[in-house]
Amino acid sequence: MELAGILIVPLLASGFALLPVGRRFAAPVTLVASAIVLGLAIAVAAEAARTGQVAASGEWLTCDGLGALVLLLVAFVGFTAALFSWGYIAESVKHGRRKNIQLYYSLYNLFVLSMLSVPLLANVALMWIAVELTTLLSAFLVGFEDTPEALEAAWKYVILTTLGAVLALLGFLILYWGSRVAGLEPFTWVGLVEAAPRMPPALLWTAFLFILVGFGTKVGLVPMHTWLPDAHSQAPAPICALLSGVETTTVLYVILRLFPVVGGAPGLDARPWFIGFGLLSVAVATLLFIHVRDFKRMFAFSTVEHMGIILVAAGLGGADAHLGAAYQMAGHAIAKSFCFFAAGVTVLGVGTQEITAVRGLVRSSPLAAIALLVGSFAIAGAPPFAVFVSEFVILKAGLASGHYVVVALLAVLVVIAFCAVMLHVNRMVFGVPAVPEQEIRAVTVTLSCKVTLALAAIPLVIIGIYVPAPLYDLLKAAASAMGG
Amino acid sequence: MNGSPVLFALDALTGALFLLTALGVVATRQVLASLQLFILQSVLLAFSAVLLGIAQGSIHLFAVAAITLATKTLLIPWLLRHTVSAEVYRTREIERVLNIPSSLLISAVLIVLAYVVANPLLSTVAVPFVQVNLPLGIAAMFLGAFTIAVRREAVPQLLGLLAVENGVFFAGVAIVPNLSVIAELAAAVDVPVITLVIGMLTRRIHARLGTTAVGQLASLREQ
Repeated sequence: MELAGILIVPLLASGFALLPVGRRFAAPVTLVASAIVLGLAIAVAAEAARTGQVAASGEWLTCDGLGALVLLLVAFVGFTAALFSWGYIAESVKHGRRKNIQLYYSLYNLFVLSMLSVPLLANVALMWIAVELTTLLSAFLVGFEDTPEALEAAWKYVILTTLGAVLALLGFLILYWGSRVAGLEPFTWVGLVEAAPRMPPALLWTAFLFILVGFGTKVGLVPMHTWLPDAHSQAPAPICALLSGVETTTVLYVILRLFPVVGGAPGLDARPWFIGFGLLSVAVATLLFIHVRDFKRMFAFSTVEHMGIILVAAGLGGADAHLGAAYQMAGHAIAKSFCFFAAGVTVLGVGTQEITAVRGLVRSSPLAAIALLVGSFAIAGAPPFAVFVSEFVILKAGLASGHYVVVALLAVLVVIAFCAVMLHVNRMVFGVPAVPEQEIRAVTVTLSCKVTLALAAIPLVIIGIYVPAPLYDLLKAAASAMGG
Repeated sequence: MNGSPVLFALDALTGALFLLTALGVVATRQVLASLQLFILQSVLLAFSAVLLGIAQGSIHLFAVAAITLATKTLLIPWLLRHTVSAEVYRTREIERVLNIPSSLLISAVLIVLAYVVANPLLSTVAVPFVQVNLPLGIAAMFLGAFTIAVRREAVPQLLGLLAVENGVFFAGVAIVPNLSVIAELAAAVDVPVITLVIGMLTRRIHARLGTTAVGQLASLREQ
């Protein structure tokens, strides 16, 4: 029942936002809806952590540990981003038309709905449609600010990720073909894992490559990442938080689902491909960090880096590495959405995304400066935060399984990335303004943005120091669903 | 069970024409001509689905054919006409990334590549129709993706994307003749939604920037 509720609530909220009465209430209704969804998702995740499987509404909706983890992350960022939108969108569309705001919230709910349904839909063909809809429903949110840059970003985003999804579709059709040959009727993930040993390996392998490249485009794996820094830097900040924090994770979840399927077939090994794509993504993102000029773009590159790290962790194999991957997914989603909220507050205050144009933020807007600093420490992997712990777990697991070269490369790249990010942010926060007499604009941060930062900071700080037992069980269940 | 030689020969002919239309979409300069070629390609896809439906006695494939005709030959041209302005619609594309002879040469390489990709799969099944539809479908996919890469106008890029989708379905009707009704309906919704979203985006780009040469938009890149 909870699973159906999670899908129905955002649908209702989306319809309400379009009604004429929704004009003034679109933002609060979206907030309430996303709070209900978050509550339901917590219940589902707790159940999944306890039992490993929540089956609801018969054969259509289902959710295991890995699905529940993704569901929880989407629901959490869906909630905080809704809260952040309230102040941010009202502020940034001050002179715009009210109609736009209604459209924004309607699409916002549908976009979150499409992401929530990816881990819930049992039928793999329907899940593909949900992934495809995440792109189509968010296209206008990416281009929402209607600047030439935003429209360009939206165009690249739609064309490239839809192309990727269609390539992946052929992969799923071939996978379905293989599952029919193996005598599997309902086309589900559980069934696929079970049927994999009986599938013709050529079919399974071709399907895997098409899906890896196709959905890898949407995850932002190098070299298919070119659209990602554009879309993730031009969209409004709350949408960036959703795109970077959870949309990429949701699609990566699908690729991770394939890992045990391919691993079950004799003679096939997905691990070198995971490690190869992962390391390449981390390496290219790290090099791009050094020259980046736009701070939202910097956080977008960081998403490419983190997707790479998670893929490497999955490819290393073993229960410990998979636990690290699950932990990294959680840590990344929470920290990255926080970073974009901080970046959004900064953009509202200083009116630019140029790194060089922001100096001495700590004097003009202490709140934005502290948020930016904390978020950057968290995402770059400084010690008390979750990303540090998960990266440590992954590197340790890699050493234990004898992948010395991979671990060494990953460790070096992660350290370079850390230094590059902190160098940029340090200058923004503590640097001396180029023109000292330049009038420092008093930055007013709306209440909803302040509350969002405070709320989002709670899990950000906590899960690095202390992982509550149910969350640990959930991460364990997620790791075992990856075949660890 | 696997149908008569006549059906197979007809399907092979359809496949050849299907590939030709994909090549046409790569080579043509007129936006309107690309659209007409895409409609023709969709009709051929529907025809192949009917042939396979008869051969394999699958009612699902008749549904696929009907959905394809309804969405791709009627709904999509209508949607494009109503979302994209007439000015865009009649554009003759002057600039392309590659000239036409080089494009066709690369297309030939892509078709060979499609056979290389499909070859290991063909040995696993005995259905003769798969031998035609799978490699040609993959070839049409590659050509569609290539079209997106060499075009600079918005609508031809969209048509390239839809040609990729046609290629996937051309392969799909042969390899999964009994995909469930839900998936068919969803596919019927998916393609019009892609067209609607991209069409409306094209209109906004045209209104905001006065051009739809999306290939020339390059303000966002690494310095």
